[in-house]
Amino acid sequence: MVDMDRADLLSLYRQMLLIRRFEEKSAEMYALAKIAGFLHLYIGEEAIAVGAIASLRPDDYVISAYRDHGHCLARGSDPGRVMAELFGKATGLCKGKGGSMHLVDLPHRFMGGYAIVGGHIPLATGLAFANKYRSLDLVTVCFFGEGALPSGQAHEAFNLAALWKLPIIFICENNRYGMGTPAERAIALYANVAETARSYGITAESVDGMDVLAVRTAMQRVVAEVRAGHGPWFIEATTYRFMGHSMADPAHGHYRTKEEVEEYRKRDPLLLLKNAMMTQKLADETDFKQLEREIGEIVRAAVQFAEDSAFPARSDLHADVLQE
Amino acid sequence: MELSYREALNQAMREEMRRDQRIFLIGEDVAYYQGAFKVSKGFVEEFGPQRVIDTPITEAGFTGLAIGAAMAGLYPIVELMTMNFGIVALDQIVNNAAKIRYMSGGQLSVPLVIRGPGSAAHQLGAQHSQSLEAWFCHVPGLKVIAPATPHDAKGLLKSAIRDPNPVIFIEAQLLYSTKGEVQEGEFIIPIGIAEVKRMGRDVTIVAYSKMLLLALEAADALSREGIEAEVIDPRTLKPFDLQTIVTSVKKTGRLVIVEEGWHFCGLGAQIAESLYATAFDYLDNPIRRVTGEDIPMPYCRLLEDAAIPDLPRVIEAVKSLL
Repeated sequence: MVDMDRADLLSLYRQMLLIRRFEEKSAEMYALAKIAGFLHLYIGEEAIAVGAIASLRPDDYVISAYRDHGHCLARGSDPGRVMAELFGKATGLCKGKGGSMHLVDLPHRFMGGYAIVGGHIPLATGLAFANKYRSLDLVTVCFFGEGALPSGQAHEAFNLAALWKLPIIFICENNRYGMGTPAERAIALYANVAETARSYGITAESVDGMDVLAVRTAMQRVVAEVRAGHGPWFIEATTYRFMGHSMADPAHGHYRTKEEVEEYRKRDPLLLLKNAMMTQKLADETDFKQLEREIGEIVRAAVQFAEDSAFPARSDLHADVLQE
Repeated sequence: MELSYREALNQAMREEMRRDQRIFLIGEDVAYYQGAFKVSKGFVEEFGPQRVIDTPITEAGFTGLAIGAAMAGLYPIVELMTMNFGIVALDQIVNNAAKIRYMSGGQLSVPLVIRGPGSAAHQLGAQHSQSLEAWFCHVPGLKVIAPATPHDAKGLLKSAIRDPNPVIFIEAQLLYSTKGEVQEGEFIIPIGIAEVKRMGRDVTIVAYSKMLLLALEAADALSREGIEAEVIDPRTLKPFDLQTIVTSVKKTGRLVIVEEGWHFCGLGAQIAESLYATAFDYLDNPIRRVTGEDIPMPYCRLLEDAAIPDLPRVIEAVKSLL
């Protein structure tokens, strides 16, 4: 908590709150059939995206899997254009052609959400390879769930990253379940997933993914190492998803208990930061109420923008398959 | 100047890599081994290991890496030791390379060439003898090229490297040592344009990659019997130049398609459908396809030969239309 001023902490809280309220609203919009298809919520995991991305430069690359709203928003994407994409509107980030799982925002160097588990990890090494090829001091941050960890593509990517000392940070968001299958039934080294990366010679560590400051502190150090050319890094961020795997899955389902979810909710990343700030008298209820109003307005405006936007024209169907 | 197909590919990549620092070659044994079929001979010496990159045997990993590098603005050339190994990278090719531009609403591009030999050589067995072009052609977002001559190989590979889209460039092991006249100096051949390789009035034969050589051989044999076949090489399989074939069929009224790939759902089925839809009234007979047999490739030479189109079958198909 030292060296952190009030404005800085409020800013982190504000970013997490934006993701939280944005996603709660998108769940509502899903129930109203304004959003369709798959919708995977990041609620409970916000501290990882916010803490990690807070330590990056605007020109560093970020790439993610299908649970990608949080990373995209933390990168600075316009909530209105993200919501419009979820609505399938022409003003969406991807003109309504990507959807929830495939958000891309090139100006913010958010290189996409990808929905084949493990498949984007090699892409991430390619972004890092390009930076090294051009002798740029940029880092690439690749987010994925622990469900991707046993996939062959992840292992091939780890090997290449270590072999060629690529400037990349792999962030494994370990929320304990690959859809409904707990890590202990899917990953041989479930008790210490960082060991997987170490076996390739990648420096690896674990961090409390519910604590935004812990994530940021770890990332600031790691980003400096990787930016300096000291090769790839692996961070396991332990976390928990408070909602179901997707909107098709109730909050706890058959594979975990209500009690377990309630237990983890006590370590809600927003709650942890708020309590810390209150205890240290860096903020009071008035501040948080003010933030709620502000974020509520942003989310309301995002929905309004999405509602007011037009759907893509039928004539756009074939556009952007190939580049002319 | 006369060059082998292998030398033509080497020249194309060398000229492009000299022109543009963003281009690099990556694949198994492309550097110090000089490529499994010696296509990248002299490359690591000229361009260095930063731009001529040997990989571990992980097609999904290094193809994915190349796609990511292309998203970041580089121009990778991926050499697959054989196109069969592309199956291991199919997730990257189909789910990422082909879709990233569309899914991103046009924000991202993947200027990438994936090249290597397809089709059967001699007795390489079922896993190393496949003609998979129809698979790639089926996927929106990919371009597919399969040149048959050294001249076409050079001009089209240069175009493929400069193209801002992912291009699957299918060579053939049995073509690498074949020779042909290649235009001197700087030239490119645009993607998507077929070429009439032999003029004729009686029948049109469409064939690509090494089947073109078979079609030309058949045309020569038929000519000795007074039958003049027009032979067309589409060269690019996607986008497909239908018009050149339609123009020919309007003249000949007969079409034979020769392809080495499997019959069922093969590329010839699509070509035939396109012809029926646009030039049905000009056809005197149903279109004939001469294709590979619908079986995994056998090892035994006798059986292998029986599984692949050959001269008697092409000649028989042509004569059946006359």
